[in-house]
Amino acid sequence: MSEATLIGFAILMDGLVYAAWLFIVAVGLSLIFGVMKILNVAHGSFYAFGAYGAATLVGLYFDAGLPVVGGFAAMLLAAVLIGILLGAILERGLLRWVYGRDEVIVVLVTYAVFLILEDVLRLIWGADSHFAYQPYVALGNVVAGDMIISNYDLALIGLAGLIALTAWWGLNRTRWGKLLVAVIHDREMATALGINVTLVFAITFLIGAVLGAFGGAFTAPKISVTPGLGVEVIVIAFAVVAIGGLGSIPGALVGALIVGLCRAAAVHLFPQGELFVVYAVMALVLAVRPEGLFSRVQARRI
Amino acid sequence: MPDRTLGVLAAVFVAAAIGGFLLPQWALFLSTVAIAKALVVLGLMILWRTGLVSFGQALYYGVGGYAAGLAGRWLGLSDAILLLLLGGAVAAVIAWAVGLLLARYREIFFAMLSLAFSMLLYGLLVNTEALGSTDGVNITQPSFLGYAPGGGALVRSVYLLTIVTGLIAAWLVQIFLRSTIGQLASPIRDNEIRVEYLGVSVRSVIHLEVVIAGALAGFGGVLTALAVGHIDPEMAYWTTSGGFVFVTILAGTGSVIAPFLGALLFELVQSFAMTYTPDIWQLMLGAALLLTILFVPGGLWSLFERRRVGA
Repeated sequence: MSEATLIGFAILMDGLVYAAWLFIVAVGLSLIFGVMKILNVAHGSFYAFGAYGAATLVGLYFDAGLPVVGGFAAMLLAAVLIGILLGAILERGLLRWVYGRDEVIVVLVTYAVFLILEDVLRLIWGADSHFAYQPYVALGNVVAGDMIISNYDLALIGLAGLIALTAWWGLNRTRWGKLLVAVIHDREMATALGINVTLVFAITFLIGAVLGAFGGAFTAPKISVTPGLGVEVIVIAFAVVAIGGLGSIPGALVGALIVGLCRAAAVHLFPQGELFVVYAVMALVLAVRPEGLFSRVQARRI
Repeated sequence: MPDRTLGVLAAVFVAAAIGGFLLPQWALFLSTVAIAKALVVLGLMILWRTGLVSFGQALYYGVGGYAAGLAGRWLGLSDAILLLLLGGAVAAVIAWAVGLLLARYREIFFAMLSLAFSMLLYGLLVNTEALGSTDGVNITQPSFLGYAPGGGALVRSVYLLTIVTGLIAAWLVQIFLRSTIGQLASPIRDNEIRVEYLGVSVRSVIHLEVVIAGALAGFGGVLTALAVGHIDPEMAYWTTSGGFVFVTILAGTGSVIAPFLGALLFELVQSFAMTYTPDIWQLMLGAALLLTILFVPGGLWSLFERRRVGA
């Protein structure tokens, strides 16, 4: 392979892997915003808790010397448990009291929760790094020409695809999904037609929270899990959903691909611009399409 | 209605100036940083009254700080007053440029786009070697119209410069809030389209507010840089912006004095919490923010107002 094609291929692979990760992290954020109009800063905490939970559970599992396959189940279990637990506490205990208040106020409420959970995380897991590399190593690598690609990364792309397909199927092909779409389009009208919006909200929030924890759990094997994890993630997830259009699932996918590929290109061609390019793209997209690429047209209310 | 706020401001200023010669050094330093941050909050307060929240005020704060730091490093500029004016001017120009775009946005989109711009700066600072990268830049020792103090005298000089800036800023903002444009804030928040029907360009009002808030944040950045003696990219990170929004909500937006009280309280509690309970500092912040939003939506300042009405 020539130098140029090699770099092109590397950008494509890295970009896709990064995009897959971004999509998994951002899709829950976008779903919650779409249905509930809540821009959930605490999504970063779901992610961080997911990562810590998975690291702990995977560690325990492999210390017990059990077969590798179960390690993935352990990660999944950690994400689901943490997502449901945190999501339920947050939605039932706090957010339902501020439904109907200004969107910006609700953002600040979730920001407060994020701050609280940051310290709770530190109190539970301490300031040390945690590792859960076993699942990453267990899957091994493939060699493609001059490049070594981790199978775990490929699996991540598969997982993102699976989540995207499930989300599409769930929203468009199930009764529940159609109710959800109705709520997304017009909350008042949906209530008037007898949809139990309270229940829809609660379940949506749980799904979103589980997805956030999912993102953390499946990232844990790739990184060292340290405090401050959520702070970086939430802001880049914002960029993804803002580019795609808040509340749009296809938007989250396209946003993730754009950010993923741009960042990968920057890393390979212009390393200094790695962080810069993400937000430059975001500013550019918002300048042209203020509500993101996949925004819905909204009626102006006087 | 006579404006009592200006009188109160003048009285507080005189007390603060006398305090500059009585208070210990740590208190002066703490107050300097608090007042510098209060300037940023003052700008956020103007936006908040119009119904806008900027989650990217750290952009102008960082620009101010870096303008001061780099002017010292590259141009050999050391006069604190010049640095202050320079930082505020650069921040205002950038706010004007960003405002061209930002003024078209409302609510969550305004918050997100300002966040994007501040993260742009952060990305630039972190990855650019010439700008000090993650280590940041040291501030050259400032002078004041030829007077170049050191040690305790320097701390006091920066403090005095800060309270003078604070007084002038609060004074001007108070005049702005009582002007016709300033009075448009809450009508715009309540119903922008009706304001447009009255023949006002809401976009230019918001643009102006963005520039004012940007300049104030720039001044705050310069003063913080002078007080701390060092700047780093953390100044432009989103958590810094979040902190400013936090103080705005906590303090309330009822008066130009509120940001100063809020920022002082915040710095005091922070410095004690950092010493005694560093592990749960953010937890306390979050809890305070939640309690404020849920039970004192007007911020701490509204408690004063209620009492005054009752008396």
